[in-house]
Amino acid sequence: MDFELTQEQKKIRDMTREFAKNVIVPCAAEMNRPGEYRKEIIAPIIAQMASLGMMGIPFPKDYGGGGGDWVGMHLCIEEIARGDVALGALLDVTTSAVANEIYTFGTEEQKKKWLIPLAQGKEIGAFGLTEPDAGSDTAALKTTAILKGDQWVINGSKQFITNIGLDNASIIVITARTRVEGNDKTTVSTLVIPKHTQGFTLGQSYEKMGFHASITNEVFFDDCHIPKDHLLGDINKGLSQHLSVLQTGRISIGAITTGLAQACLDEALAYARQRYRSSSVLKFQTIPFKLADIAMMIELSRTMYLKAACLKDQGKNYTLEAHFAKLFASETAKKITSDVLNIYGLFGSLDEHPVSRYFKAAKLFEIVEGTSEMQRLVIARELLS
Amino acid sequence: MDFNLSEEQIAIQKAAEEFAQGEFDPEYATDLDRNRQFPLKIWKRASELGFTGIHFPEKYGGQDLGVLENALVVEAFCRQHSGVGMALGFSDFGSEMILRFGNDDQKKRYLPPITVGESLSSLAYIEKDQMEEFSPFNTVAMRRGDEYFINGNKLFVVNGNLSGPMVVLCERNNKETNGQVALIVEKNSDGPAVAMMAGQVGMRMVPMVSITFDNLAVPRENLLGDEGQGRFQFTHFLSEMRIEAAAMGVGIAQGAFDLALTYAKQRVQFDQKIASFEAMRNKLADMITRIETARLLTYKAAWDFDSKGGNTLLNYMAKAVSAETAFDVADSALHIFGGYGYIVENQIEHFYRDARMVNIFGELGQTQRILIADEIIGKI
Repeated sequence: MDFELTQEQKKIRDMTREFAKNVIVPCAAEMNRPGEYRKEIIAPIIAQMASLGMMGIPFPKDYGGGGGDWVGMHLCIEEIARGDVALGALLDVTTSAVANEIYTFGTEEQKKKWLIPLAQGKEIGAFGLTEPDAGSDTAALKTTAILKGDQWVINGSKQFITNIGLDNASIIVITARTRVEGNDKTTVSTLVIPKHTQGFTLGQSYEKMGFHASITNEVFFDDCHIPKDHLLGDINKGLSQHLSVLQTGRISIGAITTGLAQACLDEALAYARQRYRSSSVLKFQTIPFKLADIAMMIELSRTMYLKAACLKDQGKNYTLEAHFAKLFASETAKKITSDVLNIYGLFGSLDEHPVSRYFKAAKLFEIVEGTSEMQRLVIARELLS
Repeated sequence: MDFNLSEEQIAIQKAAEEFAQGEFDPEYATDLDRNRQFPLKIWKRASELGFTGIHFPEKYGGQDLGVLENALVVEAFCRQHSGVGMALGFSDFGSEMILRFGNDDQKKRYLPPITVGESLSSLAYIEKDQMEEFSPFNTVAMRRGDEYFINGNKLFVVNGNLSGPMVVLCERNNKETNGQVALIVEKNSDGPAVAMMAGQVGMRMVPMVSITFDNLAVPRENLLGDEGQGRFQFTHFLSEMRIEAAAMGVGIAQGAFDLALTYAKQRVQFDQKIASFEAMRNKLADMITRIETARLLTYKAAWDFDSKGGNTLLNYMAKAVSAETAFDVADSALHIFGGYGYIVENQIEHFYRDARMVNIFGELGQTQRILIADEIIGKI
């Protein structure tokens, strides 16, 4: 056992913490205004994250990465999310899901073509899984891809797509029901679709409850033609490939929601330290005890995602740990944001107050990348198998 | 014991439900919520039909009914749309200060316009750095001759930007006796300076403003009751208001539940309706059980107020249980919708935001517990 971070990991964490504090936090209120996506504020921040190498931390330097590990990546995600969750989610999608999928299943040529710009952060990736009738039931997908000659022809749609609305979003990796023209046998495969392919349409961005610094769109494929070599990995294993990278994504959600909860505790302490002292806890316990619970829950969330990331770095199975991290940290964050809202009362409920922003964002993470129910379902299956 | 509502109460409940179903257009409501606008048109229509101030005596424009009937109306409105329901419920916010403590002249002058949809009432009590209702106010009313002069700043004044009477709670600056005064201020062109506050997480159709009083003159006849009674009047008002807030919570929880139940019975995943999954069925069972618990406590508190003059302990408990139920049920309801629940147009996320405000507005859950404990433990 060793709970000490390496020098490199500490460096990443501290650098990101400073970055979030100095660059993200001052803009966080403005970029979370409901309405139009505030590209003019957010895009320069994303560009700075890229130039600091944040999108490529766990990938080898040959592929444009930092040669680091997934523990370092997730320390970075936590600290970014502490500044703003939407930017943490951006990293989750482009790095933990898309770049990770290409790194894991792509050919050498595909990695050179797509992984390098993603790892360098010059381009941003999007992950297409959910469809109108395929939410938790990911296998119910209807999008089709038919191989005609040397081209795949794709028809269908994907929804709730994070990142694809960004100007420098380059690709979306999707699952589709595939078959070869003239052959009835269908299977599910993973395909890489460049954003500017003909037949690809970006739908309107959704009006969400919170999480306004992230852009989310529906996308449509209407006779969208892509070259044959845009198939990723095994033609028959598309769904399991696609879902396997979400295993990493779950660690990322654990890190994001840990950062969100930590930001909330930061706010609560700033307030509580003005009103309470260590010596007054014997007299007032309601809020101080609440703070004790919050700090404990955050540390447990953090320890869980770090354990999962550490197992992944060691090449060991981390299925259960990733589910625990996602489920525990996201439910914890929702509870904490709500508790801290009560500490601040009406003042905390105002749009300009960070706690109101945290509160509206937190609910999302109990839903995305597998609802709490799906986490429990998988955990229960593992236990009973 | 009789847990039945009377025929008249059932008729009122039904009328309120039908009105809400007919008049609360979801898209229009979303626009109001987005732009933080009070639902003026719907409120006028509701008032024309007699839903506003239903608990006022007939001679002041009301229906001579009780707090329970008012709770039934507010519940029905919030069930149909949490945002519109809260705004209509709070359209007469603070008017009970006048109703319970005003003299006949004051009641005749201020109450009827509220019931017919001509004026909205306000109550100014919250101040900066004042974290609970029972600390002294920094706003001061100094009496000189036949007038009071108010100086100070009030925050989160409900309906403060719209015309109508506003009750302002002040410390009385008088060396002879300590105590507070409640003064009625008319919001007109000579009134105090009003600024909209940043929007809240929920109940965004309820306008909240910051008001600065700079030596504002108020005639002495606008004093409610006697000097020094402000604190008592306000405490009484809060107690009554908890019942209405609890009714809002019940309505919001029920409305969110209705939507989630319908959705769960339609949405298919893994080749079955999601309502067929055991975990989902448990969730729905818990939700409705908690709603019924909150409703029982709320109705009991209202019944007690109408028949016995009110029981503060019941009111604290009703508000706390209902506020927490509203949020937890709305949370589960949004959750049942999955990703769709987070999208504004699907009409469930406002229940989540509005429900949260039931706990925050008025008093926080932790304050209710302190008050309950004070009441049951007494002096030790």
